[in-house]
Amino acid sequence: MTKTGNAEPALSIKNLTVSYHNQPVLWDIDLDIPAGVMAGIVGPNGAGKSTLIKSILGLVPSLSGEVQVHGKSYASQRKRVGYVPQRSSVDWDFPTTALDIVIMGLYGRLGWFKRPRRKERQEAMEALEMVGMSEMANRQISQLSGGQQQRVFLARALVQKADVYFLDEPMAGVDATTERAIIDILRRLRDEGKTVIVVHHDLQTVSTYFDWLLLLNVRVIASGNAKEVFKIDHLRKAYGGQIALLGDSESLMFSASKVT
Amino acid sequence: MSWLDLLTDYTFQNVVIGASLLGLISGPLGCFAVLRRQSLLGDAISHAALPGICLSFIITGSRDIGGIMIGALVTGSLAALLMLLLTRKSRLKTDAGLGVCLSLFFAVGIVLLTYIQGTSNASQGGLEAFLFGQAAATLRSDLWVMGGVTLVTLSLLAAFWKQAKLVTFDAEYARTLGMPTTAIEATLTAMVALAVVVGLQMVGVILMAAMIVAPAAAARQWSRHLGSMLAIAAGVGIVSGVSGATISTLSRGLATGPLIVLTATIIVLLSLALAPNRGLLWGIVKHYRQKAELQKRQLLYTLYKHPTRPATRRSTLSARLTLARLKRQGYLIRSQGEAGWGLTATGQAKARQVVATFEEVAP
Repeated sequence: MTKTGNAEPALSIKNLTVSYHNQPVLWDIDLDIPAGVMAGIVGPNGAGKSTLIKSILGLVPSLSGEVQVHGKSYASQRKRVGYVPQRSSVDWDFPTTALDIVIMGLYGRLGWFKRPRRKERQEAMEALEMVGMSEMANRQISQLSGGQQQRVFLARALVQKADVYFLDEPMAGVDATTERAIIDILRRLRDEGKTVIVVHHDLQTVSTYFDWLLLLNVRVIASGNAKEVFKIDHLRKAYGGQIALLGDSESLMFSASKVT
Repeated sequence: MSWLDLLTDYTFQNVVIGASLLGLISGPLGCFAVLRRQSLLGDAISHAALPGICLSFIITGSRDIGGIMIGALVTGSLAALLMLLLTRKSRLKTDAGLGVCLSLFFAVGIVLLTYIQGTSNASQGGLEAFLFGQAAATLRSDLWVMGGVTLVTLSLLAAFWKQAKLVTFDAEYARTLGMPTTAIEATLTAMVALAVVVGLQMVGVILMAAMIVAPAAAARQWSRHLGSMLAIAAGVGIVSGVSGATISTLSRGLATGPLIVLTATIIVLLSLALAPNRGLLWGIVKHYRQKAELQKRQLLYTLYKHPTRPATRRSTLSARLTLARLKRQGYLIRSQGEAGWGLTATGQAKARQVVATFEEVAP
C-alpha cells in the first residue's frame, strides 16, 4: 500500500536494554516493525510499554541498543517521527488555546527563530478539523474534557506530517466517541502508508484495532502479525496468571489484568 | 511634600525606576517559574545570593553593584544546580532538596556577614541592607546595571519565545522535536537568578521570592495566553513596585521592599477572589446560581406533575425562599385550593419545558 517499499522496516530496534536503578525495565529488545501497519504494544502494567516508546525517542536513557527509523538513526529522522504523549504528562492549566497547542507541532519545522504565521495557523486548523475539534480552536485548554485534550494532542502530532507515529495510551480515560474518532484517524494514516505504533491497555479491542502486535513484558514475548501473536499461550506468558479466559481461545475475558 | 516635589526628588526617581525595572523583569520570569512549578526555586536562589554578596565584598572590598550582582548570580546558580543534583541523584524530593539548599546557603551567608561586620571595615556599612533591601540607597549607576540586565534578559526571552513556551508546557515533546531542552531549562532558571539579582537592592534576598511568585500568580487569574500572562505579570510587578515605593516615600521611613511585596500580595489576593471564571467569588456565585436553577426546575416539575397534592405543613426555609422567588418571577400564584400554590400560564409553559428535557435525559 505504500511506495517507499515495505521491505525496509519503519522501525528497527536492536538489543535495546533500559534499566532503572539496576532493575531492568526493558531487556534486550529486538524488533522490526514493517512500514504501513497499525501496530499495538500490549502488556501488563510495568511491562515497560511507555518506556519502550520513550527510549526509542531518546527521552529515557538506554543502557545499550540501537534504534533506526526507516533505515537511518532516529536522531537524523526526527522530522519523520510524530509523538503523542500521555495526556496526563502535562499541566492542562497552562494559559493557552487548543489551536496554540497544535501549532506547537510545527515548531520543529519552523526552526529556531521563525514565528508561526497564517500558513501555520491554517495547517493547525486543518488538523483540528480532522480530529473534529475546529469549534474548540480558541477554547482554553483547561476547559477541555479528557477526550478533547487527547484529540488536541493527536492534532499536534498530525501537523508534523510524520511517517511514523508513536502514541502512548491514546485511549486511556477518553469517551467512546473520542476513541472511535481516534481509531478512525489512525486507520486513515495507516491507509496512507504511514506507520502507527500505539501503546494500548485494553485487550478486548486489540484484535479489532491492530494488524501488527508486540506483546511485551520487559522482554519481547511475541511480535508479528496480530492474528498470530494474539494467542492465549502468548498472553499467558505475558500476563502470567493474571488472565482468565472463557470459551474458545479467541474470546478472552480478563479481570485481574485490567487494573487501571 | 507636594507631588511636584516628589516627582523631581532625586532619590524618589531612583527608587521608582528601580522598582519598575524589578517588576518588569521579575513578573515575566516569575511566570515561567510558576508554570514550571519551580516557584520555590526563586526562593532558594534569592536566599543563596547572600553568601555571594558577602564573598564579592570580601574579594573586591567594595559595595559596587556590579561585583555584588556577579557574586549573587554565582552562588544563586550554584544553589539551583546543587538542588537539581540532589533531587536527581539522591532520594530527596524537590521540596526537601530546596529546603536543604536554601538554609545551607543562607546560613553560610549569615556567617560571612557577621564575619565581615567583625572585621570593622569602614566601607562595610550596610551590607546587611541586602537582607531586606535598601531602596533609598539606589544610585543612578545601579539603575543602568539593573536596566541592562533587564533588557538583555527580556530580549533573550523574546528571541527564544517558542522554545521557552514549549519546554514549559511539554518538555518531553519539545525534545522529540529536537530542541535542546536541558539547555533551555537551564537558561530559564538562570534568568530567574538574574531577576533575583536585579531585586537585591530593592527588596533584598529574603522577600525576593515574593516578587517572582506574586505577579505571576495574579496574572494567571486574568490571562488566556502565555503572552498576556507575561504582560500582566510585568504590569502587576511595576504597579506594586511603584506604589510600594510611593507609599514608602510619603510615609517617611517605612521600608520600601516589604511595602512593594505587600502591594503585590494584595493584588494577588484580589485576583484570586475576583478574576472572572477563575476567581473564588465567581465560583461561589456560579454555585448558587446553579443551585437556584435546579431548585426552580425541581419545584416546577413537582407542581406540574402533582398539582393537587397539598403542600407540606413544615416547609424548609430554602423551599419557602424558592417558592417566593418563583412567585416574583411570575411562574407561581398562591391559589385558594388545597395545594396552596398553583402554576401560572408562564409557569405551565416553563414546567412543560422542564419536564420535556428531564424525560429526554431519563425516560
